Amino acid sequence: MKSNLRWSILAAPLALMACSNAEGPKTVSATPAVKPTEKAPAPFPSTYKAYPGVATAIRNVTLYDGEGGKIDNGVVFMSGGKISSVGGPDTAIPAGVNVVDGTGKFVTPGIIDIHSHLGDYPTPSVEAHSDGNEATSPTTPEVWAEHSVWPQDPGFSRALANGGVTALQVLPGSANLMGGRSVVLKNVYARTVQGMKFPDAPYGMKMACGENPKRVYGSKGRMPSTRMGNIAVNRQTWIKAQEYKKKRDSGKEYTRDIGMETLAGVLDGDISIQNHCYRADEMAIVLDMAKEFGYKVSTFHHAVESYKIADLLRDNDVCSAVWADWWGFKMEAYDAIPENAAILHNTGACVIIHSDDENQIQRLNQEAAKAQADGRRMGFNISDADVIKWLTYNPAKALGIDAKTGSLKAGKMADVVLWNGNPLSVYARPDKVWIDGALMFDASNPKIRPVSDFELGQPGEGDVK
Amino acid sequence: MRHFLYAAAAVAAFATPVAAETIAITGGRVVVGDGSAPIEGGTVVIRDGKVVAAGATVAIPSGARQIDATGKWVTPGVFAGFTRLGLAEVDAVNGTNDKSGGRSGFSAAIDVAPAIDPFRSPFAVNRAAGVTRAVVAPEAAGNIFAGQGAIADLGADSNPVTKARAFQFAEFGEEGAASAGGSRAGTHLHFRAMLREAQDYAAGRGTFDDDLLKAEDAKALLSVLRGETRLLIHVEGANDMLRLMELKRDFPAIKMVFVGVSEGWRVARELAQAGIPVIASALNDLPATFEMLGATQSNIGRMKDAGVQVAIGMINDRDSHQLRYTTQYAGNIVSLQYVPGATGLTWDEAFAAISSVPAEIMGVGDRLGSLKAGRAADVVVWDGDPLELSSAAITVIIDGVEQPLNNRQNRLRDRYARPTEGDLPKAYDR
Repeated sequence: MKSNLRWSILAAPLALMACSNAEGPKTVSATPAVKPTEKAPAPFPSTYKAYPGVATAIRNVTLYDGEGGKIDNGVVFMSGGKISSVGGPDTAIPAGVNVVDGTGKFVTPGIIDIHSHLGDYPTPSVEAHSDGNEATSPTTPEVWAEHSVWPQDPGFSRALANGGVTALQVLPGSANLMGGRSVVLKNVYARTVQGMKFPDAPYGMKMACGENPKRVYGSKGRMPSTRMGNIAVNRQTWIKAQEYKKKRDSGKEYTRDIGMETLAGVLDGDISIQNHCYRADEMAIVLDMAKEFGYKVSTFHHAVESYKIADLLRDNDVCSAVWADWWGFKMEAYDAIPENAAILHNTGACVIIHSDDENQIQRLNQEAAKAQADGRRMGFNISDADVIKWLTYNPAKALGIDAKTGSLKAGKMADVVLWNGNPLSVYARPDKVWIDGALMFDASNPKIRPVSDFELGQPGEGDVK
Repeated sequence: MRHFLYAAAAVAAFATPVAAETIAITGGRVVVGDGSAPIEGGTVVIRDGKVVAAGATVAIPSGARQIDATGKWVTPGVFAGFTRLGLAEVDAVNGTNDKSGGRSGFSAAIDVAPAIDPFRSPFAVNRAAGVTRAVVAPEAAGNIFAGQGAIADLGADSNPVTKARAFQFAEFGEEGAASAGGSRAGTHLHFRAMLREAQDYAAGRGTFDDDLLKAEDAKALLSVLRGETRLLIHVEGANDMLRLMELKRDFPAIKMVFVGVSEGWRVARELAQAGIPVIASALNDLPATFEMLGATQSNIGRMKDAGVQVAIGMINDRDSHQLRYTTQYAGNIVSLQYVPGATGLTWDEAFAAISSVPAEIMGVGDRLGSLKAGRAADVVVWDGDPLELSSAAITVIIDGVEQPLNNRQNRLRDRYARPTEGDLPKAYDR
């Protein structure tokens, strides 16, 4: 399997010459030489295990399947941590299972946020917790977001209880052109980050266009200080990555470089590119850069100007992860419009609603509803079921976990939200949330409400939030 | 045709406001905004820029222009409880950002009124979302007193300020401490010392020194000290609020209003007893700082139940650009009624918290914030429940003048509705 190859590290003491030029990623000193034939296990493997659940059927419910389908008066049955069956009122419910009456309620797949900094910029937002940007070099592909994640971030519980979020991608920040590896988590508290890692989820690598890298490094009097500098540093680094990959694949001994391993993983197609990029013109340049070096951009994040090049994004099969209406906070967000998502959808491009925010991750459903309404007012009628896809299947696909979660299909993980009303209404909240078939939030039961270590013994411990 | 309409609207946006008409809005579900239940099939009559009447049995004056609101909602415009409207075009572009005047050497004397620019795009964008009035505050920098804020209207004209120097704004808690030497002890000392200096200044005492205040600052603080100008104080933590209430006992004339107030529910009884109104951030529910450990969305409902006067604001929460979130925030507070164990507001209470209550807290409830007779005619017709995500403002009237709803964002929308170029580059498409 390809995922094994990703970790089949070939290394040898062949010095650090590949990266001796100034702009290359910092090279970590040589690790023990490994013969080309040896295979290392994946480091920091996931130890997440689904918690026990009871076989449960929800019936009489309005159901959005996450792939654009809607079933009125539907049934979803989960057992063994998986979706067993989904269908209309005639769907068989085995005798003796837990049955939840969903009358007046709605079911969706668990919400997936493709852009979060929970854990690496946790609350309380104190300096000692600021672990999201290794802003000491413009390219740090060697850092991994999971090594910054504080599993006690109270934000995970709010995303679950108010947002119905069952999985999320935690990314490094955008100070750097190449910010490092992301990690996909199940939204389940654990003592360790390994205990939260989504099993076998592909890694992503964060890249950033525009203002942030050039400001951070320009202000330090170093490259890049311009957008052209951004691209130049990226291209030089990709050339080094190509050389590294060539060496790695030559069968000869070489020295491991963990930054280059990530970049080579991108060139292999094993690690997806998650690219912070606001402006349309910059996205178009990134797409050409990706073609030059033979990698693919999975998703442009914060892509406030995607609507200007919706056709180009559609033709290149790139998703846009967007807010509904953020605008004007910085120059590159000046042309943001609330119809961005609707124009993309109407053009046939992939839309994802993301948060990048510990508050709005609790309301991704509401943000999607606003974007839908803005579309309707310009004559683009996008169905509720399609809008739910922006929050479920589309982010799952962009993360490479769509075979496992992101929609209510038999055999997938039972990541399910029961809403107390239409999730595209401001008046709806999660009633119950299951992750891998285990009930992890129940609005009616204060015991089924996670409280992180940080909040234990504090004012408001276990409160409704 | 579309091009022509835009050109006309653009002219209207920058012309002198037309004279306020006599208008009757009929057939809609009328929300007065004072917390009373909506009136089905009600009529709202406005004349000379004021509300004449709103109710079920209101006579339509002859000659009135009629707006049929059948199937629609008619409400007072949204009164955004705490903002930085008009003080920034692009937050991160310094030349367009006038929020903080702290490096001027002045503090309490700073007056944001001349910096509020109605031609900045947040005016047009938020006007189109049904926001008609806003509390506009300066940001503090290097002093607990940030300066004097204003009440603004969002009308498409060149006079944005409804009431200049409507309040003084101060920072307590962590942010106040940071500007007062690094300790809350310093905040209280600065507060007392500056007020004492202001009194010395008023008395013409030779002992007046300008260690902390310039003469202009002293004048501004005197007005606070005498209770002529409200003092809005940003404070989040329960202990900070308790200590401020103690401080108030020494300065009984000061009209304090607390802003932010994430832990207000923990001291709700005391707030009610002290008669201190609050402009609360609706959805804070994370311990963003150690003074917000108890933050919960049920905060507003619990304070209201305890008898505190509560309006919704949005301090430091995209407060220069996203006043349009106000209705969404109010809707969320309504949604809490359906969450077991949570405390929200009824729909009627929630709408009051974004219309009449902020006006009352700011001392202008007799002039603004509701559809009661005599109030400024800030009226919005919505195509649905104004707190619902799918709804939009379709007619916005400010001071009796129907407003243009166009803005830069919908120009970009129309240019790129079909993103591919036609016979000419997009730059020619307008």
